Amino acid sequence: MTNENLNLVEWALDYAKNEGAKEVAVNFSHDRSVEIEFRDKNIETLKESTQNSLSLQIYIDNKYSSHSTNDLRKDELKKFISEAVASTKYLTKDKYRMLPDPKYYSNASPADLKIFDRGYEKIEPEIRLKLVSEVENAAKSLPGEIITAYSSYGDEFYENIKLHSNGFKGTSSGTYFSLGGGVTVKDKNDGRPEDAYYATSRFFNELPSPELIGKEAARRALRKIGQSKIESGKYSMLVENQACGRLLGLFSGAISARAIQQKASYLDGLLNKKIASERLTIIDNPFLEKGLASRTFDGEGLAVKKRFIIEKGVLNTYLIDNYYGKKLGWEPNSGSLTNIIVEPGEKSQEELMKDIKKGILITGFIGGNSNSTTGDFSFGIVGQLVENGQIVKPINEMNISGNAKEIWNQLEAIGNNPNVYSSLRCPSLLFNDIQFSGI
Amino acid sequence: MAKNISRRKFLENGSKGLFAAAVLPYLGTFGNQLNKSPISGEHMKLADYYHHFGVDEKTIAQVIAEGLSRGGDYCDVYFQHSINNYIGLEDKEVNRAYSNIDFGVGIRVIKGEQTGFSFTEEITPKAMMLAAKTAANIANQNKKVAPVGFSLKDIPNYYPIQNPWEQIGIDTKIPYLQQINEKVFKEDSRVIKSNVWFTNETSYILIVTSEGTVTYDYQPMGQISVSVTAEQNGKREQNYFDLSGRRGIEFFTPENINRLGVEPVRRTVALFDAVKPSAGEMEVVLAAGSSGILLHEAIGHGMEADFNRKKVSIFSDKMNQKVAEPFVTIVDDATNPNVRGSINIDDEGNSTECTYLVRDGILRSYLHDRISAKHYNVKATGSGRRESFRHIPLPRMRNTYMLPGPHKKDEIIASVKKGIYAETFTNGQVFIGAGDFTFYVKSGFLIEDGKLTKPIKDVNIIGNGPQVLKDIVMVGDDMQMAEGGWTCGKNGQGVPVSMGLPTVKVCKITVGGVKS
Repeated sequence: MTNENLNLVEWALDYAKNEGAKEVAVNFSHDRSVEIEFRDKNIETLKESTQNSLSLQIYIDNKYSSHSTNDLRKDELKKFISEAVASTKYLTKDKYRMLPDPKYYSNASPADLKIFDRGYEKIEPEIRLKLVSEVENAAKSLPGEIITAYSSYGDEFYENIKLHSNGFKGTSSGTYFSLGGGVTVKDKNDGRPEDAYYATSRFFNELPSPELIGKEAARRALRKIGQSKIESGKYSMLVENQACGRLLGLFSGAISARAIQQKASYLDGLLNKKIASERLTIIDNPFLEKGLASRTFDGEGLAVKKRFIIEKGVLNTYLIDNYYGKKLGWEPNSGSLTNIIVEPGEKSQEELMKDIKKGILITGFIGGNSNSTTGDFSFGIVGQLVENGQIVKPINEMNISGNAKEIWNQLEAIGNNPNVYSSLRCPSLLFNDIQFSGI
Repeated sequence: MAKNISRRKFLENGSKGLFAAAVLPYLGTFGNQLNKSPISGEHMKLADYYHHFGVDEKTIAQVIAEGLSRGGDYCDVYFQHSINNYIGLEDKEVNRAYSNIDFGVGIRVIKGEQTGFSFTEEITPKAMMLAAKTAANIANQNKKVAPVGFSLKDIPNYYPIQNPWEQIGIDTKIPYLQQINEKVFKEDSRVIKSNVWFTNETSYILIVTSEGTVTYDYQPMGQISVSVTAEQNGKREQNYFDLSGRRGIEFFTPENINRLGVEPVRRTVALFDAVKPSAGEMEVVLAAGSSGILLHEAIGHGMEADFNRKKVSIFSDKMNQKVAEPFVTIVDDATNPNVRGSINIDDEGNSTECTYLVRDGILRSYLHDRISAKHYNVKATGSGRRESFRHIPLPRMRNTYMLPGPHKKDEIIASVKKGIYAETFTNGQVFIGAGDFTFYVKSGFLIEDGKLTKPIKDVNIIGNGPQVLKDIVMVGDDMQMAEGGWTCGKNGQGVPVSMGLPTVKVCKITVGGVKS
């Protein structure tokens, strides 16, 4: 953390107070990144960037506004802050608008979450280029009609400073590395199915090998050749670990204090009630070593802790931020999620598949949406038809539809294979009797 | 719902699928900014733009020369200053405001079809030279390039507005939200919650190229969005309505404010009686207006020339072939007055136009940026767009719509024995190569024996782009543009777009219903 940036944050806080703000929270973020996109033996795009952002949350007698800028010239900042304070005064007073009570702030000395790779600056351009080139070679090494292959690499360093006028000060920094491949293959009727495989990691050395990524991307694309829709009906549904985020998203929109207070949640009134199969346990763990979403405080400076969101099918907590917590008269507990751990089961995806008489292995979702107020959802899917434990043929152009209140009770089994290259560490999930629409 | 997705989250999601492209109504986080410079809005001249960004021709020429110093073929410099404002009403009070300023310059160097790119948020000669040096590295020879001279290109103005947003204070905007909120609650006693957002954006852009052209543009945008939750017998429903365009505050007339109060309530309470259609293939009638999302997903993305030049689009081999009935003509148009996706110039400084993707059923043109126009040896279509100075331009849609056809709305509905009438939408997505595309129907009606019967809600529709184009069997004469705030996502970049459609019948497509 440079002193220059710290000084800027302190100056901005003081300046806002002098202009008339009663309470102020200031955030500064700095980010450096490199991205390479590569296709068919050539660099497509090489992009390098450094960016900064300064944001202020301003409170004046329970009036609130939030402002951000990347124009850090002092004269411009002075104008920006003065206008921000001036415009806040026109808003309506809202007695719930104030900084968090300092007793909820994180004051633990930051544990080493292992989220910063000190080797970051030593990565040479040639190494990046070698990686993307190897991903492509690996992808094209698989037999089959590959039309084109694509790969990409990115690395990023960030640092944040957060300062509140009622006593919070926090800093964080970390790195991310990502490597991915995408493959387009030839199919009948001019179709050109594609698929991709990506991994993101906190440490350069922990990325999977380019060979694994390239081959996995190609395997995923090649298995789509010949895809078509099948008859509508109820099928067992096995969802690959990478694709599970779409289904878990049915909870995340509905468990926020905002959704509850705004009466926009199908989970309103269901705290401590069973909302899913008892097989389902979901943990929010901000302290996971090397976790992509690991941290010691949240966006409001609140201390975070490891917590059960759903325990054996029972909804254990809502996500309560400062403002909506006050509106509801509830204590805040951090309104956002970090690393999500779905407690794994015993069986591998292959073993789960063996138990399926007639079902669909979902390898990806496309489009669709859900209604957090009612729980209704409808998503497009691609996948593989499974009969008597074996993959029979690829399918696409189908939808699944239902209601969140029901589908999670239809959870039959959980795999033992969480995706470790994601902040969502969910294994494959098996459901019963899901409504698919096709022909 | 898409409106609950933050912009950042949306972009993150958008960038995850390598080939996926999505379109969502977009809500950012903005606030208020008063006068920035003495001259503002559409009256600014080139000298004012140089002054605004604190640059001069000589410095820019040196930056471009640095960009080409390693043997690049072409270099452009894109200056941007955007001011976003947002105020929100919740629980009957205007109790939140957000603002964001984006300021910087992107420097791009092209060598063949390869791109080197860097940007800086400090518009100083030193920072720009460093960024140019970074971008230059896409090429690898040493070359001495003499700075070029510049000439200003004249451009039309497709979005005149009365007063720049920077002159409209937050105190002027607050009563609009309060009026709408009062109307919403008066409209129906079942309403329990209402959220109203007022957002506006102003962008100043200045583009200088190594070919010596200079262009600038002033791009306004205004939007009011209303979401309503209602309760009846312990059951809750929620829906949404918004109006958006490259507009000034004069767009929010008493009539439009009234619609913003009435329409979201109508859409919400209709859902209490809504059913889910049965699952499977059926006839689908698309209502005139935002149903243009069908075109955006089924054909629009697939016609973006980068996907074709890279051979990943299902339309790669279909140019000049028959793809639809002769009464189907589909355009992507940058020139519709004050419409959300209109642009006076694209983000590479090219002139814009109305591009015919499909004319009388025949596939006629891709949407081109500079690189693809050169690849195909055609004129650029003015489709090179970028989210901001932090991003490279890509071929993108603007306003995508179908021209009116020979049929009448009533005759189209009457021709359907069993199907659905899709009226409002939240989002869509497409796989460019396989052609699978979806759009999510928030509300509509069942059609039974030629008549609209029960309302429906929350169903996804999925089809294959080329197949659905063939299956468009009737086109109405009642073309309408969408009125809402659609944002299209591609490669992690969001840009404002619009879309339109007459009443259209697709003879067979898969509807995500509940019973087989």
